[in-house]
Amino acid sequence: MIAAIKQPGWIRGALGALLGAAFGFALVVALRKASGLPAYQTEQTGYPQVVVSLVTGPLGFLLGFGCFDYWLRWAVGMPTIPEDHSQHGATSWRDYFRFNTDHKVIGIQYICTTFFFFFVGGLMAMLIRAELAQPGTQIVDAATFNSLFSTHAVLMIFVFVIPVFAGIANYVLPLMIGAPDMAFPRLNALSFWMLPLAGLLFIGSFLAPGGAFDAGWTGYAPLSTGAPLGQSFFNLGVQFAGASSIATALNFLVTIITMRAPGMTFWRMPLLVWANLSTSLLVVAATPFIAGAQFMVLFDRALHTNFFQFAGGGDVISYQHIFWFYSHPAVYIMMLPGFGIISEVISTHARKPIFGYRLMALALIGIVVLSYSVWAHHMFVAGMFSWLRVPMMITTLLIAVPTGIKIFSWLGTLYFGKIHTYSTAMLFALAFIVTFTIGGISGVMLGMVPIDIHVSDTYFIVAHIHFVLFGGSVFTIFAGIYHWFPKMTGRMYDERLGRVHFWGTLFGTWVTFIPMHWVGMDGMPRRVADYATQFGDWNLLISCGAFVLGACQLVFLYNMVVSWRFGPRAEANPWRAKTIEWQVSSPPPIFNFDEIPRVVGGPYEFGVPGARHAIMAGEGAEAPAPEPATVGTT
Amino acid sequence: MMGRLPIAKMLAATIALTVAISAVMVSINWDGKEASTAAPKIDDLLNVMIVLSSFVFSLVMVMLFYALYAFRAKPGDESDGEPIHGNTRLEVAWTLIPTIIVLFGAGYSWSVLHDIEKPAKDAMTVDVFSQQYAWSFGYPGKGNAYSQGELHVPVDRQVQFKMHALDVIHSFWVPEWRIKKDNVPGITTTAIVTPNRVGTYQLICTELCGFGHAAMRATVVVEPPAKFREWVAGLGEKIPAPYMETIKQDTETNPVPVGSGGA
Repeated sequence: MIAAIKQPGWIRGALGALLGAAFGFALVVALRKASGLPAYQTEQTGYPQVVVSLVTGPLGFLLGFGCFDYWLRWAVGMPTIPEDHSQHGATSWRDYFRFNTDHKVIGIQYICTTFFFFFVGGLMAMLIRAELAQPGTQIVDAATFNSLFSTHAVLMIFVFVIPVFAGIANYVLPLMIGAPDMAFPRLNALSFWMLPLAGLLFIGSFLAPGGAFDAGWTGYAPLSTGAPLGQSFFNLGVQFAGASSIATALNFLVTIITMRAPGMTFWRMPLLVWANLSTSLLVVAATPFIAGAQFMVLFDRALHTNFFQFAGGGDVISYQHIFWFYSHPAVYIMMLPGFGIISEVISTHARKPIFGYRLMALALIGIVVLSYSVWAHHMFVAGMFSWLRVPMMITTLLIAVPTGIKIFSWLGTLYFGKIHTYSTAMLFALAFIVTFTIGGISGVMLGMVPIDIHVSDTYFIVAHIHFVLFGGSVFTIFAGIYHWFPKMTGRMYDERLGRVHFWGTLFGTWVTFIPMHWVGMDGMPRRVADYATQFGDWNLLISCGAFVLGACQLVFLYNMVVSWRFGPRAEANPWRAKTIEWQVSSPPPIFNFDEIPRVVGGPYEFGVPGARHAIMAGEGAEAPAPEPATVGTT
Repeated sequence: MMGRLPIAKMLAATIALTVAISAVMVSINWDGKEASTAAPKIDDLLNVMIVLSSFVFSLVMVMLFYALYAFRAKPGDESDGEPIHGNTRLEVAWTLIPTIIVLFGAGYSWSVLHDIEKPAKDAMTVDVFSQQYAWSFGYPGKGNAYSQGELHVPVDRQVQFKMHALDVIHSFWVPEWRIKKDNVPGITTTAIVTPNRVGTYQLICTELCGFGHAAMRATVVVEPPAKFREWVAGLGEKIPAPYMETIKQDTETNPVPVGSGGA
């Protein structure tokens, strides 16, 4: 028992969480007693004894679980434990529940955790659609309904879409650039373990007095500053998810900039690497803004700081400016890695080099730069300075240009190729082009101030965000999962079930989200538990579509779980791709490469006679490696 | 490379598809009844965008499905496609043409925006007060008359709504007017509408404001000026004193930037 407490792991982690929470609780109570105040404060926006415990408890868990062991020993001058590689690799499923510094294990930990939250958030979506299937109140009351859609959005955004891309990249990116691991493996593990804590805080808010946070995922002040305790769970959950995101982005930046294999110049990086470079640039600069916004709300709630309280001299609209300065770039944080995945999948399955490779990379950078200058298009009717609207409209519409470049370049890649559609990954990639084009078009319409004035905060918005986030991001996530499943698990998935999942998801997406455009324009506001009877039939159809969509995800889950366990063994390179991760075994060896590969050409040299992307260890240096004349535009 | 593609046929298919989609989409009245001078202008903008978007969508569909039809790998074909890395002229084209389209859209939108927000000399001012979960209205030009849950305005006269939120943010939306504006605690926001159709409409709150959000509605009556005057004269209540305080405390929003020479 004593040994178990001394060893980093779940027992010490649980103990740490308990001690941490008890410490936070006792600290607040003691300070309040010392100040002559009643021990407990139960104002709905207050509960300092709980709020402080929500910080110290999770930190105690991370300490106990072993996330800081190495650094703490080093910091206090104790002998550090020499690296014996015990924290690398996974031999059984139990190893995925341990503190592990192997980027491949962390990648899978990320993906499984985020998909857990995807299914929880999806279940909430099903409840929401069940309530909305008919006008009136049938299943949940209005307050619970507000909690449900708020939690649904927060789970999907902060602990599914954003981190699942970090998970996929965690696994694939070091292999792709010929690196043995990420630049900071311990930081990588810490980033991962902060994520389930964030998710648990979001879900745990249902246990708080007054129910889960219910001010929407946007948490606009002053609704959020006056909301019950659950809102503080949201404020703090975002801190853990945000810290996780920032640390991972720094890790990616350093890894991409310093750890590329010899010969891999910037113009020889696969587009997935470019995409994650761009995303990380967004995350490190933008994410601190949402962390700040949520701390300000928390301080307004618990400490009465009045950042956003008009009565105390605060400015209500400044919350929205700070929030959207993160949350618009966040839209691209949720989309750029997907662009990278689509480029890999389409090039591989069309057996063609990416059309306009350099312009594709530059378009990513263009989106990064522009995305910092468009945030106020979420605020056209918010009552901000009216002269800010036209400049923000112009930048918003211009951002469609680099996005359009990407769509046309993918289409160009297909021409004169040999398109194979046997893989579910390719099906999702092709469908992505269609659904994302629709989402992009409705986005351009929303960017126009007069149209936005009418449809802002209606179901048209709900339709648009689901077309770009589900039809866009989630389709790319599915494409990525199917594409790298053989590499990650060493097994093949069932293409037949993959097709069922694909067609069901495509059908469900269209039936669910297309009619939402219409009911929104016709007068149905978003975020309502009840609506006018005239929208009843459409909503019934939308709900039916949503249930089909939900049911299809169970096929996906079954396919993944069963194939991982029983699927046929995968070859090293089942898709005959050119990038480096496919040149090692499936799953890759524990340290990725016996010898760092040497990169001698572009990543997509399909059809170029004699062209190579990389020379792997064991292959003679005498192997002919002609440099292709040019990469990119010719 | 381009020479090997049936460009003329693809273009014809794109145009045919554009015409078909636009014809269906434009014939549908998406936004519902029009009841203000702004409504037809916004709907026209929407229709122009629908046509342009149909073109973009059709182009993508024709390009995608022609590629899937023409360049599908035969079963058992393990060879690679042609090593084409790009085409500078095409890439410049699909950067510049969308830029021109969106800049046109921006210019058009700007002119519509300017049009629908132009203040009129004989405009009437109405104060809007919103709170969880009710609307009320004051008529400063009519001896501060006050009504709850029911807004009346005369037809064919510009109304400038001065909006005041008393607790959290609410949003004022009358779909038939195509106008929406948030009501924000601490500041006065403004919306300009010229209702041009007599009738009864619904005012909908579109900013999440709590559990009663979905039910936060009010009735809007647009009526001939004589009937409106009669109705206002019949109102027994005055704007409550604390609300007058709110109006005084509110700071104006939408200031004109320094040096731009006034509104």
